[in-house]
Amino acid sequence: MHELAITEQIAEIAIRHGEKNQAQQVTDLYLVIGELSTVIDDSVQFYWDLITDQTICAGAKLHFNRLPAIFRCLDCEKEYRLSEGELTPCPHCGSTRMEVLQGKEFHLESINIT
Amino acid sequence: MTRKVSVVEKVHSVNDQLAAENQLQLQKAGIFSINLMASPGAGKTSLIEKTLAGLDPAITVAAIDGDVATSIDADRAAKAGATAVQINTGGQCHIDASMLRSALEQLDLATFDLLLVENVGNLICPASFKLGTDKNILIASIPEGDDKPYKYPAMYQDVDALIINKIDLLPYIDFKMDYFKAGVEMLNPGLITFPISCKTGQGIEDWIQWLTDQIRAGDSS
Repeated sequence: MHELAITEQIAEIAIRHGEKNQAQQVTDLYLVIGELSTVIDDSVQFYWDLITDQTICAGAKLHFNRLPAIFRCLDCEKEYRLSEGELTPCPHCGSTRMEVLQGKEFHLESINIT
Repeated sequence: MTRKVSVVEKVHSVNDQLAAENQLQLQKAGIFSINLMASPGAGKTSLIEKTLAGLDPAITVAAIDGDVATSIDADRAAKAGATAVQINTGGQCHIDASMLRSALEQLDLATFDLLLVENVGNLICPASFKLGTDKNILIASIPEGDDKPYKYPAMYQDVDALIINKIDLLPYIDFKMDYFKAGVEMLNPGLITFPISCKTGQGIEDWIQWLTDQIRAGDSS
């Protein structure tokens, strides 16, 4: 039921920006989702259609730009990713000291309106 | 004619804003607050019971318990001595800032020193929804396995303290503490950690001391 709450938040932002720009209709939403930020799947579109019925966002299409998590090893400075969804020590040097370069994003980048 | 409008707004911005308001309200009331998160069965309610039993009785405590349904947890917290409010999330897998705000309205905050918020048992969703509490605390437990930091990095990377419960089960379960701690250290270097057993009481004293220090630090500032 995580997706329902998230969908409501996305709708609130899209409707607010749509109205601010005198939109008749919001037709597309472009979302950026980092791999570490949240678990979200295609059921969001299903909730979206239910929640936004009767609003300027009715029928809008959701586009997901999924960004993989990227870590940088603080010892050898090489970059690496999750291995089958799991965090691992640096595959190059085995160090466990790392920083997150990408993957925490979760925002609405832009909308298309008519 | 279609036109593109740049938005660049965090999806959680509305919740984050409400969380900031909760934080202000809690600070004004002079109450120290923690958000307890864990998977189901890790020992959130047991920890609240042990904490209430071990804290200086002069410290007054309110507990807000989030659950999908039922008031079992709030009843246990009330029985242990807290003023308890139940939030039934109606199917949601987490407490969000607006739910906490509604629950706060049911409490006379100025009369309490400590607020314990027991989130819904879940290692994924609560990590995304800030509440506005002073500290976010995660309870891991030995039977869950030593791989959880690797599988749920989002939960481990943003907490302020970690409790490892059920350490009395270590002799019976294949839990590699070094492996577990290495994962935690990667995500959250230097994270303060309390190995405890709510069953035997081991380690509880250190946790209560830390908590008491936090509450008193707030009083003097």
